Amino acid sequence: MNVSHEWLGAFVPHGLPAERVRDLITAHVATVEGFERTRAELAPFVVGQVVASERIPDTRLSFNKVDDGTGTLLEVVCGAPNVTVGAKYPFARTGTTMPAGFVIEKKKIRGFTSNGMLCSARELGLGDDHDGIYALDTEAPVGTPLLSVLPLADTRLVLDVLPNRPDLLSHLGVARELAALTGTTVRLPEELPAAAAVTPVRGAASASAGGVRVTLADSADCGRYCAVIIRGLKVGPSPDWLRRRVESVGGRSINNVVDATNYLLHGFGQPVHAFDLATLGGGAIGVRRAAAGESLTTLDGAARTLDASVLVIADASVPVALAGLMGGKATEVTECTTDVLLEVATFAPRVVRGGRRKLGMSTDASYRYERGIDDAAVESNARIAAALIVAVAGGEVAAMASVGTDPAARASVAVAATKVSRLLGDAVGPEESAALLRAIGFATTVDGDRVTATPPSWRHDVARDVDLVEDIARLRGFDRLPDALTAARLGTVPDHPLYTLGVRVRNALVADGLLEVRPLPYRAGAERPLVRVRNPLGEDEPFLRDSILDTLARRAEHNLARMQGNVRIFEIGTAFLPGDGASVKEAIHVGALVMGARRPPHFTESEPPAFDAWDAKALAERMVHAAWPASRVELKPAEAPALWSALVDGTARGVVTPVALDAPVWASAAFGVELTLGKMPARPPAARGAHEYERTGGADRSTTPARYVPLPTTPAAEFDLALVVPDAVSAAAVEKTLRGVSGEMLESLLLFDEYRGDKVPAGTRSLAWRLTFRHPERTLRDKEIEGRRAQLLKTLEKELNVRARTT
Amino acid sequence: MADSLTLDEFLARVAAFSAEARPAIAAADSADALEGVRAKYLGRNHGWLKDLSAALGQLPKEARGAAGKAFNDARTDVEGALETRQASLAPSSAGVALADPTMPARHAWRGAVHPVSQVIDEVVAIFRELGFTVALGPEAESPWYNFGSLNFPADHPAMDLHDTLYISDDVVLRTHTSPVQVRTLQSYPPPIRVLIPGNVHRRDPFDPSHAPTFAQIEGLVVDEGISFADLKATLTHFANRFFGSTKTRFRPSYFPFTEPSAEMDVLCGVCKGSGCGVCKQSGWVEILGSGLVHPAVLESAGVDSERYSGWAFGMGPARTALARHGIPDIRLLYDSDVRFLDQFAR
Repeated sequence: MNVSHEWLGAFVPHGLPAERVRDLITAHVATVEGFERTRAELAPFVVGQVVASERIPDTRLSFNKVDDGTGTLLEVVCGAPNVTVGAKYPFARTGTTMPAGFVIEKKKIRGFTSNGMLCSARELGLGDDHDGIYALDTEAPVGTPLLSVLPLADTRLVLDVLPNRPDLLSHLGVARELAALTGTTVRLPEELPAAAAVTPVRGAASASAGGVRVTLADSADCGRYCAVIIRGLKVGPSPDWLRRRVESVGGRSINNVVDATNYLLHGFGQPVHAFDLATLGGGAIGVRRAAAGESLTTLDGAARTLDASVLVIADASVPVALAGLMGGKATEVTECTTDVLLEVATFAPRVVRGGRRKLGMSTDASYRYERGIDDAAVESNARIAAALIVAVAGGEVAAMASVGTDPAARASVAVAATKVSRLLGDAVGPEESAALLRAIGFATTVDGDRVTATPPSWRHDVARDVDLVEDIARLRGFDRLPDALTAARLGTVPDHPLYTLGVRVRNALVADGLLEVRPLPYRAGAERPLVRVRNPLGEDEPFLRDSILDTLARRAEHNLARMQGNVRIFEIGTAFLPGDGASVKEAIHVGALVMGARRPPHFTESEPPAFDAWDAKALAERMVHAAWPASRVELKPAEAPALWSALVDGTARGVVTPVALDAPVWASAAFGVELTLGKMPARPPAARGAHEYERTGGADRSTTPARYVPLPTTPAAEFDLALVVPDAVSAAAVEKTLRGVSGEMLESLLLFDEYRGDKVPAGTRSLAWRLTFRHPERTLRDKEIEGRRAQLLKTLEKELNVRARTT
Repeated sequence: MADSLTLDEFLARVAAFSAEARPAIAAADSADALEGVRAKYLGRNHGWLKDLSAALGQLPKEARGAAGKAFNDARTDVEGALETRQASLAPSSAGVALADPTMPARHAWRGAVHPVSQVIDEVVAIFRELGFTVALGPEAESPWYNFGSLNFPADHPAMDLHDTLYISDDVVLRTHTSPVQVRTLQSYPPPIRVLIPGNVHRRDPFDPSHAPTFAQIEGLVVDEGISFADLKATLTHFANRFFGSTKTRFRPSYFPFTEPSAEMDVLCGVCKGSGCGVCKQSGWVEILGSGLVHPAVLESAGVDSERYSGWAFGMGPARTALARHGIPDIRLLYDSDVRFLDQFAR
């Protein structure tokens, strides 16, 4: 909402500079998010007086002496025909930048020096008048800034008006608040004529006046419809003051009739529409729903097809306007119009909103109707509008019909002053509360502690006691409330297990050198079923992801497209799976993707090795241990293309897989890990006090402390086993046997070498383990070790056909 | 060639091996020199040890037992000497001499927490000191949790501020984290002191300051006797901690689920209140929305709204992240360019 500081002053004699108005409104009413000086470019211009003038022969120029208040008379050449000695004009000294952008400089014209410029209205950007320089009718002394002589300077305040306060969508509404804040009262602007003294013909569903019959089909759609007939007017340019008002809120002056309707819109928050009476057929106008198949070409030239969801204004036969939205092209006021029908009405917010959405259009009028206008002010606004049009366009008010029902009286709302004090945390008495509410138009009564308040007709947001508390709080000022921290009781809610678990996983991955990402969760379609957004932002990615790795793959491609081949990223986020029917199953996943160099380049190696499957396997184990610290993790070989499936305490929780990318030839292979950290149930909890969110088995384990193992006091004995292992036998199978045979004294088992080649028989490979043994209480004897070694080899050969390597 | 070597000859070679290798090991005065000695005597591919083990195969079978033992003993002995010497030559902080110490260090990749997560973490850390815990909830919500339970009037312009993505008539993507307020109030009895971080979704196309999915973090306090003064005190404390000592102001605002509602600004960190481009000349920067919990919300969750009151706040960590790091376009937060993310490693 654009508010003119000057126009606001016409409604309330606040006498405050614009900055102070901005601060008051922001602190107590609505945020002023824009603050623009208008006509600021005229600040350097001053009042100059011509004290002598002579024609320059054979030209239309004059040579003048101008007093600009500096004490020195300036020589100025002027081309205007109307230079008059003794008259005062807007004067631009040398160095002044004109609104058109050029700078006034000292120059020689026909041998005469010119030290400045006397200005026309057009040169100042004040209109089209360029017949001569702008004579100022002022007593102000020479040298006075032009802006303090002409009522031109203004400041535009842009208010962020939120949906609960449509009453602030007018200067009158803002003025009411400002009046309350400054202890003044609102008034009708002096520029307005007295309201038209016509007596309306009233009716609940219909009324005839001035030869026009007005009907309302349904009072639920339209509370009141006033039609004012004005005859004999002349459409033409607006007077300067009206033009200024329209322009002060960022509008464009159209003609006197349209400008007058815009005065009502921005001044009083009342949409007004003028029909050319001659174009209305059948001497009738009514408010009704459109019939299916009807159409209307609106003022913007668009042909619109209507149906019963759209409320229209119709003459005897066809729609002539969309109620509360826009007028029709055929009944528009033109330069030839002499008689108008002025519509001043209130329409139901819901039906205007429905029509607006149906037709995909929004106007200043619909914006106000949707939020609710002052439905008790329709008739008085109609009289003001009629009088204004007659004042600026001539003609006379012939008749007025007012059809509708009066709005129901506003229900009063009561609040206890003790409750106000309790909710605000500061003592506010009943009289103070009542006074604050009265100042913005509430009718109040005080009965002991109890304040009963009836909201004014322009407020639609007051239904409960807390709504009164809000008005009391803001008018009194949030800045007056205390702000010292006081003791509070501790809450009953434990941390959500998925939050703490996620933080642990994230910290582990960051410590491992990975970068966290937070991309969008949308994706293109896939072979498998996915959750689809019904109204997606783009048809290229209408689905929600069911895997984070898919998102990370696209992000890796984004990096590759920017020549970044070393990608190590992860995300902890939501994956969405189709549930039963229309439901959605949600789970928190962690995904990580690595590709390219395993570490940054360094001069001690020619090229760092690239991430490979073993890095991804390690990452998976890291992630599992971070998520569920005391769990048993097993990475089980999985069906291609996946590499491993991650089993946590026997339950499958994720996958390690190569990631297929749309990648350039220079890119390394990408590997990914994805784990399900836990489900996020959509169903609300059954009963208060019970933690109904799924506690994953793993999450509980996170609180299981690791058991201490005593540090060794005896020496270890170790030996290496180089084995020839048939390809069909897995390392895990060998290790299982090694562990089984070695018994409790085996402290560690390290697979440290693999060899494939012609030094071992075809169909086999060589694997070497280092076995470390330790007895908790004594030194192991060589014999014991040797014995174990022999036993190991024997068992390996028997069970797995694995032998010691001899070559 | 077979059987061409006697046991004595072999033992003599073993003795020579020991006799030569041990002084050579002792004489090696650098790791490099020692590596040369190791290769000469113990190298797998060529060297004394390889020759000896080849010679072992040339001995008569009956001699191999004694020879093998001598061979192993000698090898163990030499290896032991090598290890001892290696340990004494190992770099220690006292003895390292680098030719050019200005050469760069050997680094591992740096990891980084996303700048938006960093803001969330800091918010959580500050409120944790005040006894808040963290609650979570689903992103696919029912319209009731997202709107109805939060006092959104049906078919009202307030809904226009939340352009909603629908999965079906019964499932929307939550447009704010506030549904978790109701879920939490349904699950636990007051006193409630929780923070609710999470992603929310709106049908807003990407532009430099808007994204269709973005993080929110909100807080909720419900207990007996909770007042707007508590809200103001707690959020002012938070602002002071988060931004360093600063001034705050509260402006009236509107949210369906709070009444009264207010937005909190902090003094612009760039111009300190005098007005600049960052704060659009206002001197203040908007940080969060807040208000007393609307009694209708408490009633939706089955909480006695006469006995209990509460306050709530919500903020967008991305806005704060953009401002504090001078990031000009919100899309950078989503692109996941490793060069961008690496800048926020700590």
